[in-house]
Amino acid sequence: MNHFLTIEGLSKEDLDGLLDDADEFVEVLHRPIPKVPALRGKTVATMFFEASTRTKMSFEKAAKALSADTMSFSPGTSSLSKGESLKDTVLTIKAMGTDAMVVRHQSTGAPWRIAEWIDQPVLNGGDGAHQHPTQALLDSLTIRQHFGSLDGLKIGIVGDIRHSRVARSDAQAFSALGADVTMVAPRTLLPVDPSVFPAEVSENLDDVLGGLDVVYVLRVQAERGGASVFPSLPEYTARYGVTKERFARLNPDAIVLHPGPMNRGVEIEGAVADDPRALILDQVFNGVAVRMAVLFRLLGGEHDG
Amino acid sequence: MANVMDAADVDRAVRRIAHEVLEKNRGSDDIVLLGIQTRGVPLAERLAAVIEEIEGEPVACGSLDIGMYRDDLDRRPKRPLGATDVPVRLDGRTVVLVDDVLYTGRTIRAALDALADLGRPNRVQLAALVDRGHRELPIRPDYVGKNVPTSHTERVTVRLIERDGEDAVIIGARESA
Repeated sequence: MNHFLTIEGLSKEDLDGLLDDADEFVEVLHRPIPKVPALRGKTVATMFFEASTRTKMSFEKAAKALSADTMSFSPGTSSLSKGESLKDTVLTIKAMGTDAMVVRHQSTGAPWRIAEWIDQPVLNGGDGAHQHPTQALLDSLTIRQHFGSLDGLKIGIVGDIRHSRVARSDAQAFSALGADVTMVAPRTLLPVDPSVFPAEVSENLDDVLGGLDVVYVLRVQAERGGASVFPSLPEYTARYGVTKERFARLNPDAIVLHPGPMNRGVEIEGAVADDPRALILDQVFNGVAVRMAVLFRLLGGEHDG
Repeated sequence: MANVMDAADVDRAVRRIAHEVLEKNRGSDDIVLLGIQTRGVPLAERLAAVIEEIEGEPVACGSLDIGMYRDDLDRRPKRPLGATDVPVRLDGRTVVLVDDVLYTGRTIRAALDALADLGRPNRVQLAALVDRGHRELPIRPDYVGKNVPTSHTERVTVRLIERDGEDAVIIGARESA
């Protein structure tokens, strides 16, 4: 593995191997001193061309817990605003001495392009509406911790599937790990060709709700045009929101996940988000462990020996 | 290929080391056995079983993976991380690290670094089934199953029933040398 760009093409063994390593990093993160020297002397640059709170901080925490140094880049305060090209920006930061780059970009494929320009590992922190592979790992780890395995679980991914890189990466990971995935959304928020996802499709949440083990609630993404393709937010909430009333109709062992940031009162009711069966903060914690696993896999071995 | 220990030799060595651990520490009260992944783990479990048999009381036993602590990660093939499972607080205890083969000492250095992050034992001791020499660091074992003089070009392979279906210590030529 030279880069970590996509879930597509990873096997159950690949994914379980990364999750097994992540379990060991969970143990490290619970220690009195939650830090190991594995990547001492390495530098990880976080290059977030699009806004992020949790992914960027999570990667930085993961790198630091492995004793790597971090450098970060924010487009607002950079020379991009003076017209510097993406390639020049990347090569400039690499020349300062990085060993790996974590890239988030609003354009699909940007991390692949950057991986062609630099001879060091590139990690995809989210590209357009395409892929968000470490999110899929942390979601898979959270579900695996809770149920022991994803094999045979019924997982519903609810909401803005069309604009969601999380939905795409998650559906691929969950299905590779043996779960049955159903995408639930109004027609306007489904992909034009839903068969690109390894999943069933439903337009009615109430039809599938009772059979689910995991309800994965996606954020309504106003910044990608999500709110302009249904009549109103209250109508969205009425048909697709995970309300207290719908939560009460779930199988009593079912759990609720959300990638954040949440629009409380829109796709998820506040009381549901705060219920012990909503594992949203476990997802955040596990994010650090899976990112440690990926960084360790890419930088902790023979790669640039 | 030469067989330097067979199943009976391995068993006798484990039993003797168990007695030595008890003699040196005057009992098993403060002892924590930590097997280094991967083949140190079943050896530590065997030592724990023998010590329990002798003393009539269970002894704390866990595992340590030092994959995150190696200083030569760049030069080694990657293997998946194993479990680190420390069943009790280490502070104030006597930790006995258990490994199959003691060679350069770098694994033990990494294990000592890992221990420092996990707690502050009063004492750390080292048990190895085989000491093959060629230390590169000032590290010595407290308990040795068998001293086996080797050259760098040889490979020492420990096989254990729990992982390999048989107990044996074999010396052979290093394949890529």
